[in-house]
Amino acid sequence: MSKGFLEIENLSQRFPQPDSNDLMTVFEGVDLDIEKGEFVCLIGHSGCGKSTILNVLAGLATPTDGNVIMDNKEIKGPSLDQGVIFQNHSLLPWLSARDNVMFAVRARWPHWSKAKRREHAEKYLHMVGLDHAMDRKPAQLSGGMRQRVGIARAFAIEPKLLLMDEPFGALDALTRGVIQEELLKIWSETHQTVFMITHDVDEAILLADRVLLMTNGPHAQVAESVKIDIPRPRKRATLHQEEAYYPIRNHLVDFLVDGAKAMSAKAQEAAARGENPRHRPRIVNPARPEADPEPGPRMVRAV
Amino acid sequence: MLSNLNFRATVLSLVMLVVFLGVWQLATAPEVLAPQQGELSEYERLTGGGAQQSSGSGIPAPTQVFSHAFSELSNPFYDAGPNDKGIGIQLAYSIYRVLLGFALAALIAIPLGFVIGMSPLLNKAFDPYIQILKPISPLAWMPLALFVIRDSNMSAIFVIFICSIWPMLVNTAYGVASVRNDWLNVAKTHELSNLRTAFTVILPAAAPTILTGMRISIGIAWLVIVAAEMLVGGTGIGYYIWNEWNNLDLASVIFAIIMIGIVGFLLDASLAQATKLVRYAD
Repeated sequence: MSKGFLEIENLSQRFPQPDSNDLMTVFEGVDLDIEKGEFVCLIGHSGCGKSTILNVLAGLATPTDGNVIMDNKEIKGPSLDQGVIFQNHSLLPWLSARDNVMFAVRARWPHWSKAKRREHAEKYLHMVGLDHAMDRKPAQLSGGMRQRVGIARAFAIEPKLLLMDEPFGALDALTRGVIQEELLKIWSETHQTVFMITHDVDEAILLADRVLLMTNGPHAQVAESVKIDIPRPRKRATLHQEEAYYPIRNHLVDFLVDGAKAMSAKAQEAAARGENPRHRPRIVNPARPEADPEPGPRMVRAV
Repeated sequence: MLSNLNFRATVLSLVMLVVFLGVWQLATAPEVLAPQQGELSEYERLTGGGAQQSSGSGIPAPTQVFSHAFSELSNPFYDAGPNDKGIGIQLAYSIYRVLLGFALAALIAIPLGFVIGMSPLLNKAFDPYIQILKPISPLAWMPLALFVIRDSNMSAIFVIFICSIWPMLVNTAYGVASVRNDWLNVAKTHELSNLRTAFTVILPAAAPTILTGMRISIGIAWLVIVAAEMLVGGTGIGYYIWNEWNNLDLASVIFAIIMIGIVGFLLDASLAQATKLVRYAD
């Protein structure tokens, strides 16, 4: 078994139900490895437990079963090693953009002088193109600018793992495109390990090295790990001209339209038969189907 | 100019004031038809009947009140014995009691409210006591306070303390309990200690609610101090107004009523100003 940077082992989450004694299984048996410096996107339908997985990685939620090991240490609670960007920016509204980033920098390096914290914060705000708005409070910023401050804040503490929960979900399409490219730019400068949840297939193809596909809940599983075999640097404007773009996109969309549901039904039957749900996602490379490194152990190909 | 809302409101306010003062002046004008008999009977002299001569109804006209106010305000801090002190001294006593009682209440209510707001357990445990103690008229505590403290001045301060504590306690607990989970998660993911979280996240987040509680408290404290001082006597605006009633000096009573309103307004405005400093747009 490979020793990845981040190892997720047999992760399951079950919640008590209001009207029965049975537990409701949101997802179960999730085995995943993520390499250092990798950009991984997780796609799945609403309610499949994507955010719960992210919260477990952030240390904000405790899984029912399984554990997560990052850099040979188990994740037991929230820490500065895991930076989080939430969908609703979660900036402190009484602080200016600069102070919000400095707040995080101070938590990370408490012994730094104020001047050094300020310089560090401004460097990251500059990276997201907010030089002109550092003194503004979040209420005086547009939605896109707020999310950029959130990105600057998360990158500024240089976490081992950066977690993003649909960071651009609340933004309009134009703003989203601009910020995606900014995110790519910062990521290419820092090579942070990123785990990101998104609903947007094109966003995932643009950003990710690998896209994880999740089946529907209950009994959701991470069914496939789809390699995005498109060279970097990628540009939004020219992405669709890449040869691999359409095979990948079709594969992802097909999974979301049909596969997720079909596999979810199979998983529920398997759970009813009491089979061990533990599994690794099948590795898929739609750009070069003949080069599939390993055949799927249990799951049928969903195309 | 006339389209400016503030300007129009000011004009309307002044018109209302002039109409009110005009009606007051006319209603209290001396009745010309009944010329007073030359001698007062002994009974009239004893009951202060002579004072009635100044105006028809016994209520002073606004002009009398204003001339009295002017003479009081031109020398507000004179002290000519226990029953004759300037309005400034009396107000200062009242403000001192209110601020002291209010400060003591804040010293207890805000930290306690903080703890109650952070702990659902304490919140539930304290709730029945707060709900029962809160509606008690603060003056109901006065006999008990006088007996236990054995000092009328301290008892008045205690009454202010007990009436100021509840709005601050309830608002602080509510403000702290309703700090957004997102912000608490920010504190958690940045590994802030509990103390640091309290001071750098929860306190600024709850500050507007806490200040609102303080503003309600100081308003109530100013209402209560007048009644408390009527009871304990000695000094203060409440004592002053009761003393002037006993002197049948209604011009002083009306003047004191106006001064109570002005000071109450200033206390409220200063806390409103403080609230502005900590308010944030979300």
